[in-house]
Amino acid sequence: MTQAVSFRGVCRHFGIVRAVDGVDLDIADGEFFAMLGPSGSGKTTCLRLIAGFEQPTAGHIEIYGERAEGVPPYRRNVNTVFQNYALFPHMDVRDNVAFGLRVKGVGRAERNRAAEEALELVELAGYGDRRAGALSGGQRQRVALARALVNKPRVLLLDEPLGALDLKLREQMQEELRRLQRALGMTFVFVTHDQEEALSMADRVAVFAHGTIQQVGTPEEIYRRPASRFVADFVGSSNVLPAEFVGAGPAGCWASLRPEDIRLDPAGREARVTARAYHGRVVKLGLELDGQTLTALVSPAETLPEPGQTARIGWDAAKVHVMEPGA
Amino acid sequence: MHSDTKAPLALKLSAIGGLVFLLAPIALIFLYAFTTEEKSYQFPPPGLTLKWLGVTLGRGDVWQALGLSLKVAAISTSIALVLGTLTAAAVARSRFFGREAISLLVILPIALPGIITGISLRSAFALLDIPFSTWTIVLGHATFCIVVVYNNAVARFRRTSGSLIDAAMDLGADGVQTFRLVILPNIGTALLAGGMLAFALSFDEVIVTTFTAGNQSTLPIWMLEELVRPRQRPVTNVVAMAVVLVTVLPILAAYYLTKDGENTAGSEK
Amino acid sequence: MTDHAIFPPRAGLVARGVDWVIRHPRMFTFLMILPIVLWLGIVYIGALIALLMQSFFSIDEFSGVVKHEFTLSTYAELLRPSNFDIIARTVVMAGSVTLASAVLAFPIAYFAARYARGKWKALFYIGVMLPLWSSYLVKVYAWKLVLAKEGILNWVFAKLHLTWALDGILSLPVIGGNSLSVSYLGTFIVFVYIWLPYMIIPVQASLERVPGPLLEAASDLGATPRQSFRMVLFPLALPGIVAGSIFTFSLTLGDYIIPQIIGSGRLFIGQAVYTQQGTAGNIPLAAAFTVVPIVLMGFYLWGARKMGAFDAL
Repeated sequence: MTQAVSFRGVCRHFGIVRAVDGVDLDIADGEFFAMLGPSGSGKTTCLRLIAGFEQPTAGHIEIYGERAEGVPPYRRNVNTVFQNYALFPHMDVRDNVAFGLRVKGVGRAERNRAAEEALELVELAGYGDRRAGALSGGQRQRVALARALVNKPRVLLLDEPLGALDLKLREQMQEELRRLQRALGMTFVFVTHDQEEALSMADRVAVFAHGTIQQVGTPEEIYRRPASRFVADFVGSSNVLPAEFVGAGPAGCWASLRPEDIRLDPAGREARVTARAYHGRVVKLGLELDGQTLTALVSPAETLPEPGQTARIGWDAAKVHVMEPGA
Repeated sequence: MHSDTKAPLALKLSAIGGLVFLLAPIALIFLYAFTTEEKSYQFPPPGLTLKWLGVTLGRGDVWQALGLSLKVAAISTSIALVLGTLTAAAVARSRFFGREAISLLVILPIALPGIITGISLRSAFALLDIPFSTWTIVLGHATFCIVVVYNNAVARFRRTSGSLIDAAMDLGADGVQTFRLVILPNIGTALLAGGMLAFALSFDEVIVTTFTAGNQSTLPIWMLEELVRPRQRPVTNVVAMAVVLVTVLPILAAYYLTKDGENTAGSEK
Repeated sequence: MTDHAIFPPRAGLVARGVDWVIRHPRMFTFLMILPIVLWLGIVYIGALIALLMQSFFSIDEFSGVVKHEFTLSTYAELLRPSNFDIIARTVVMAGSVTLASAVLAFPIAYFAARYARGKWKALFYIGVMLPLWSSYLVKVYAWKLVLAKEGILNWVFAKLHLTWALDGILSLPVIGGNSLSVSYLGTFIVFVYIWLPYMIIPVQASLERVPGPLLEAASDLGATPRQSFRMVLFPLALPGIVAGSIFTFSLTLGDYIIPQIIGSGRLFIGQAVYTQQGTAGNIPLAAAFTVVPIVLMGFYLWGARKMGAFDAL
């Protein structure tokens, strides 16, 4: 089956800066795909390479089996929801949404009808006459979404689309994006630096660092079996420890142990408590165990040791994930 | 800074005195256009008449000078609009070697005294064997008009988010459509304001023109000749009044245009 | 609309040309700045340099032909009393015009920034912009009307029975003369009038940025109005004054029309350049004269930059 997007050895260098450095990537048709990474990791540049704002300095990009290198953005059946929405300030909502159809030569009546449909899809029916400047952040976000969807692109790109929204609105939009994606069966490629957002929304996640992909997999794979120390630490702030320390593997390998998998265990090893912070549902403990620093998330229901005291801790050996040598 | 207290009387008087100093001479121009006195600058005018308006309207040399001035201003403004906008776009949108030098280069013809620009251009024309014509005047004017357009355009480009252009292309607009549907509407008022200022600047220019004009007369050159060797004072009076009107109206319009542009761009202060 | 992920290229030469340019952004930038670089960078700057080079040549006193050999003798000529007077006269004039503009501009700018509201604010705006943008020659002409012997100023002095005072001023050595329109004093007044708006605007802008509570804080801390002006307001307005002085100083240095129309007939730098390159045909000396304001302004700008004047522009 043809992939929606595929990268083969793609590089994008800006002078000496290697923003994207040798990326291989396949995104399947109809997939909700997240690109996760800290800022400067190359994820946004990858998105811009798919959109056509950037051209690769080396390698090949295909979109649904067609060569995309050298093709300008306006010849790609791919649309973007921008981070700051980039709504045209001199047009009302309807003209913003209808813009893509207008430049393709669709008549006024037809494009206005399509724009109204798209606005209904994002639950903004009747907002056509408003100016973009008169909308709230959440509404602008929906207009930006409608403006992209009205073109029925093969791939929809979303660049940190929820970054500017407050927490509640954000959770609501996450669900809505998920629902839209399923209903339309469209390929969504989503860039975020928020690991929770990536894990909860995407079918598959690619973790970026230093212009390269560290790991691609389902959210569970990424979380349970991080391929490298970077992934373990970035996704869910895992404890990264020498494998022999947790008694789980050959020397020279690293192992990941999730903070929530550490429990207070009267039969366990003795650790010193260095910090304690109350987080509502959980309590975060800073621990020192035989010269290694650990973080543990435990239930506030238990009787908890004070900082400076010692505590006995343990974990299920099956929860320890040992990484490949050298990773 | 603002204060609700009243200004001290001395401050108020000197401020108003300053305003009178600034405005009275211009008001005087309007009065003298209607004086009956022909030979001197007598005040108060012995009588008022509309006669000189008619006489001026019938003067071929005035019309010719006015025509040349308008033509030169129109052409050099158009050149300045194209070059100023291109340069502003390049400076605001991309980074390249010598970017800082370009913004300095654009300001230089107006920062240096006009006489230096004038002589330099004159010697350049001599060196390149270009005979004096309307086009040498136009080139001289365009040289210093570019900066006005450039300044207006570069400020607006910096305020216009770069992602708007990305968004337009992403939605399928090619280069020409992006320019027509997104870039132009966003920088339009800034260009109009810059163009009007450039027009006024060119229409009024005299120093550079004396070096690049050969024996043609723009309206300011005509005025200058009248000032140095007065021939018919009443006609000069009327022309002076007309020139004030022609230069001031576009300025007021440009002020209102840029004011609106700033409001729509959302930078309310 | 279509199942293709990539649309075919648009037809037409323009579309294809634009396509090509967008795919080569460096070329695009290059094409955008090419005309300005050709015209200003090569023709204009080239002509400027060629002109300045001329100042290192000299003119043969008998034949009047330019000798194309490197020499500093033309610069030495600048120091001859008759030429040096021209420079000194111009610099003194530029300095006094700048000082007077600053003194006149401050109350106007301060009132407009701090007290003027609504209608008054608009009036001050027009009061500054109208003279700024009115035709330069018309403004000079207006002052010819004002300063003429039979003009309004003499009439006002006569009505107030103050003609003796005016005559007293005109009888002063150096600045006086037969009438205001043929004296240094007249030249000075016109210069101040023409460049005053260039001083008001930056001063007003720097005063607008002074937060109102700052002066309240000063008086709260026990400063008298005079002290808070000297220790708070004036230092904060200074970058604006320096910025404005760049204009008044440089514009006076280079002007050759005002002293030609209203003045005593003694030359200023601009007039010297004009006559040397025109009727006298001594291009090297004209070029050397041109170097004077450029060097002076170079120093002035360097000093102004140190005082932070460029932020106030």
